[in-house]
Amino acid sequence: MLEARHLECTRGERKLFRNLSFRLGRGQLLRVAGANGSGKTSLLRIMCGLVAPSAGELRWQGRPIRGEREEYCRNLVFIGHLNALKDDLTALENLRFAAALGGLPADREHSLAGLDRFGVAHCAELPAKVLSQGQRRRVALARLALSPTVPLWILDEPFSALDVAAVSELELLLAAHIASGGMVVLTTHQEVQVVTQAVLRVDLDLHTAAPLAA
Amino acid sequence: MIRALGWVLRRDLLLVFRRRGDVVNALVFFVIVVSLFPLGVGPEASQLRNMAPGVLWVAALLACMLSLARLFAPDHQDGTLEQMLLAGEPLVVLVMGKVMAHWLVSGLPLVLMAPLLGLQFDLPGDALAVLCVALLIGTPVLSLIGAVGAALTLGVRGSGALVALLVLPLYVPVLIFGAGAVAATAAGTGAEAHLLLLGGFLALALVLAPWASAAALRIAME
Repeated sequence: MLEARHLECTRGERKLFRNLSFRLGRGQLLRVAGANGSGKTSLLRIMCGLVAPSAGELRWQGRPIRGEREEYCRNLVFIGHLNALKDDLTALENLRFAAALGGLPADREHSLAGLDRFGVAHCAELPAKVLSQGQRRRVALARLALSPTVPLWILDEPFSALDVAAVSELELLLAAHIASGGMVVLTTHQEVQVVTQAVLRVDLDLHTAAPLAA
Repeated sequence: MIRALGWVLRRDLLLVFRRRGDVVNALVFFVIVVSLFPLGVGPEASQLRNMAPGVLWVAALLACMLSLARLFAPDHQDGTLEQMLLAGEPLVVLVMGKVMAHWLVSGLPLVLMAPLLGLQFDLPGDALAVLCVALLIGTPVLSLIGAVGAALTLGVRGSGALVALLVLPLYVPVLIFGAGAVAATAAGTGAEAHLLLLGGFLALALVLAPWASAAALRIAME
């Protein structure tokens, strides 16, 4: 279970949000909403442990994540809005190296199956630099197909640049992950159609800091 | 842990192999800088012999520094660095893999080229051997210290000049004892003390530099 207690995020002089608390249990999806610049990406980076919140803390299974970063990272897959692909490596090599770093199965068969899941298996041997934006996104998301056993998925705008077929494939994958007791955190501007009972919603616009004059 | 180090090493070597031009550039730079000195100073053999160790070492420092910009910056730009920080493996180990790859492609070729270039300066055989050994111990120190500089200046504008300012002063002891080893052999006093000190620097850098780089990378990602 992931629990946020009174998180506050400051970027430079500006307070993005404060007093943000939520609990995310097994089999739940958390959708982070908010206007552009309201701190969605910052919140996700805080939840990954990449950035420390300026106040408050995050607890994973009841223990603060700051103390056991590596243990926490093994329980989490993060896909940011950068795809983390190397232009000079092929799609397959990119996926295999990413999977190996994340401690996932990195053999050829698993990775090809992952690419196939997102319909980019035919690009497996092409260098990433010749792929289109949507195909690059699909290659990055293929990591999710290899990570069904990793409980927490944190996805920053996963639907961006995807076509209709890939969006529905991703929704299926998310629904399956949640159904098997996983947790998903995502930001998106589209309405997600993930079939699940348990959608939590955090609206950062409701947690903005009060104007300084007030 | 060792597996993760192996994966990072393999990935970086593969990337370098796909972009051979970058490595060749640094190596050509080394060869040209070293070759310019005999042309500029004149062909007097005893003078060349005296300056050879210093020239070779300074050129090696500069060549090594040229490639530092590519150590972390591309990973930072394409998001791979984020994933390395979230890998669930100690970041120190992954940094170590990157530094090893950096040394293999930008330090080791210098060591292999040095004897050939030393001949231009009329260095005797025993001095050439010591030069090679000194470079073999010293260039990993350059990569290790360079990694700290590269990590500290990550994402900073004008980081190239800043890396030079940060890293070159730290290279001074390596330069003094590396060049000193060759000079001492030529003078007949034996290079053992210099080489042992270089080994000491290497041990110190191996322990401290990956840890410092990892800490700097975490700060750079905030």
